[in-house]
Amino acid sequence: MSKPEKLPIPLAEPEAEVPRIHVAPGPHISAPVTTWRMMVDVALGLLPVLLAAVWFFRWHAVLQVAVCALGCTAAEAVFARLRGRRAPLADGSALVTGLILGLSLPWSAPVYVGVVGSFVAIGVGKAAFGGLGQNIFNPAMVGRAFVMISFASVLGATAYVSPEGPLDIVTQATPLTVAKEAAGEMPGLWPLFVGSVNGSLGETSALACLIGGLFLCLRRAAAWQIPASMIVSAAAVAGLANLVNPETPLTVLHHLAGGSLLFGAVFIATDPVTSPLAPKGRAVFGAGVGALVIFIRLFSNYPEGVVFAVLLMNATVPLINRWTIPRPFGAPKKATVSDGARA
Amino acid sequence: MSLADAVASTRSTFRRGIHPPDEKALAAESPIEVLPTPKEIRVPLLQHLGSPCEPTVKPKQAVALGDEVGNVEAMVSAPVHASVAGTVGRATVATLPNGRHVGVLPIKAGEQEIEGRDLYQDLLGGEWPLEEIERCEPREIVEAVRRAGLIGMGGAAFPTHVKLTARDDKPIDTVLVNGCECEPYLAADYRTMIEAPAAIVAGALLAKRALGARRLVVGIEDNKPKAIQHMKTAASGTAVEVKSVRTKYPQGAEKQLVRAVLAATVPEGGLPLDVGALVVNVETAASIARAVLRGKPLTHRIVTVSGRGVARPRNLVVPIGISFSELLAASGGVLPGAARILAGGPMMGFCVGSTSAPVTKGTGAVTVLTHADLQRARETACVRCGRCVDVCPLSLVPTRIAIAARHKDWDLARRYHIKTCMECGCCAWVCPAQIPLVQLIRMGKAEMATA
Ligand code: SF4
Ligand code: SF4
Repeated sequence: MSKPEKLPIPLAEPEAEVPRIHVAPGPHISAPVTTWRMMVDVALGLLPVLLAAVWFFRWHAVLQVAVCALGCTAAEAVFARLRGRRAPLADGSALVTGLILGLSLPWSAPVYVGVVGSFVAIGVGKAAFGGLGQNIFNPAMVGRAFVMISFASVLGATAYVSPEGPLDIVTQATPLTVAKEAAGEMPGLWPLFVGSVNGSLGETSALACLIGGLFLCLRRAAAWQIPASMIVSAAAVAGLANLVNPETPLTVLHHLAGGSLLFGAVFIATDPVTSPLAPKGRAVFGAGVGALVIFIRLFSNYPEGVVFAVLLMNATVPLINRWTIPRPFGAPKKATVSDGARA
Repeated sequence: MSLADAVASTRSTFRRGIHPPDEKALAAESPIEVLPTPKEIRVPLLQHLGSPCEPTVKPKQAVALGDEVGNVEAMVSAPVHASVAGTVGRATVATLPNGRHVGVLPIKAGEQEIEGRDLYQDLLGGEWPLEEIERCEPREIVEAVRRAGLIGMGGAAFPTHVKLTARDDKPIDTVLVNGCECEPYLAADYRTMIEAPAAIVAGALLAKRALGARRLVVGIEDNKPKAIQHMKTAASGTAVEVKSVRTKYPQGAEKQLVRAVLAATVPEGGLPLDVGALVVNVETAASIARAVLRGKPLTHRIVTVSGRGVARPRNLVVPIGISFSELLAASGGVLPGAARILAGGPMMGFCVGSTSAPVTKGTGAVTVLTHADLQRARETACVRCGRCVDVCPLSLVPTRIAIAARHKDWDLARRYHIKTCMECGCCAWVCPAQIPLVQLIRMGKAEMATA
């Protein structure tokens, strides 16, 4: 597209080295943001969660996250090689997938679970679709769902609890299991908020998720519409459920702070590749995930719903994108489409 | 809408857009200087949107400064004039920075009657008697502007007399003078507002009179407090309002300016006149005043030569038809790190393929970028982050349009409103995957037109 300029260009000094002038279409400058930088932002956003996980689960967390981070990176390299491409490790996306996958597993998951999950996440979740940007489903959740189903025995509710657990908190059932099976006492809201309860590595501390999420939204590495609408819709559905069944030990706040709802809202549903493009679409998507999470928690056998809620909504993204094409500046409002956007 | 935009909506601006780094400091404080008359100029016979001119002079004919040298009988056209006194040569063809091959009429400079400081005074200095404006008939104003060969000097290059002709079906309520100059590096309009605010005010009042408009507003970005001050002083006691708008790219785009200043939305595919507004650039306004009050055609314009690739960034008064290489030479020449020479700014400017190309009425700047300015990151896959959607001032989905254009899926491109895109480049600027979005869209539009 560019060719060297022919002289004469007047030069600054007679001795000056002749610059090579190129032609290319505009714009000729660009923002100092690259895909790599975005991924670094996500990794930084995950940092509070990672620290909380290490604080509560010690070396179990370190091991699990390291296995998945390495696993995903290795898987990326392997699948790129299989497809005859250079491994696009430089964009950092595989590492981010690994971090999220690792943080979504329980502390007790055996190493092979992390490895298998990683390879399925990258292989089935991403490479099979054609690599970064082409996949429909959130790779980390594809991996998580696969190991959840394949290794149900080691990843079920009991996986979290170890009576002789090395750490205090793992001797209790996870809060949502407690609620589901009425097996023990519901933890208070404060432990749920700071994260001193049992659960998957990254999901226990609502506080850490909120800090990381705020960072992501401010850095625009995540679209704020998704966590916002997801939290609002989950709260609304949970509130309705409470009205219908006031007996339940799960209040709206328990729903929000317990389980991986916040972790999912901030780090999983916001995966740019598998969420809608336009602000309105993102709001619809987030609302869908939020509602589905509560439905799954209330009506299924699983105490937790984020994995499947995200995957289900991922499947609807092409439709959402199509339905929520933004109205161009100055275009007439269509009577059939109600749309809050200011012109 | 982003949070920042929500907060900003209380200040005069439009939605979305970007904040490229401000590089105006390079040239903003250099007073406008007049270039010595070059030995030869080549007047392009097509400098506007519309029909090209035919030469109205013969080779070897002597012409004075301001003599008409090309014209055509068409509504949407503007005559061209000799920007130096001298002898006409044989018409040839040159490639303009925008890639168009057009006829050019060379003129060899002879003895000049007016040069240097006198030329500056004649163009921008002296008195601009506002009381005379009241005596001008709208028809006279339009005719004087047509004869002077005025076109929009902010880049749109549409013949000004067509815009100033009042239309019964679309009456103009407000004349908006565009003092935003939102591209990085550019400072020509800024300098004009500081050095010749009276001429701008006079021209704006003439435009208002020609159209029978009720209101007259000058919109200036709030990163130019000095310009706002000078314009306010010059405008005191007149009907001209000076309004500051938020610094943001592309605040100078017509629809975005109308939105910011008048809180009106130009319909998709429409023009500001659809909401009763007319936008003129500040230099165009000054030229209107000169054309009507002094009877002078458009022969010179103010050009910012800037960028880190040029030795001495500055603002120059140059005759139209002078070559880019002479502007660069006058600015101390190109430095070794230079990588691209642009006609215009880095957002919407065109790369100059050859520095022998002539300056046209629409050339407001020459920007020389260095290798350090250009991010040469490799294009990666779209990560569907939606940043391009978040910044598009026209609420389009740039990634979809660009991908449709790449796959020549014209149906899809149309569904995502490819024609609405104004090619401002915000989307390509922001894309972390370095996808040449606006380039693909531009190409798509061109291919659709021929498909
Ligand atoms: S900004 Fe670039 S990477 Fe992001 S959605 Fe648009 S085209 Fe894709
Ligand atoms: S170039 Fe077109 S699509 Fe891109 S931001 Fe500007 S108007 Fe929107």
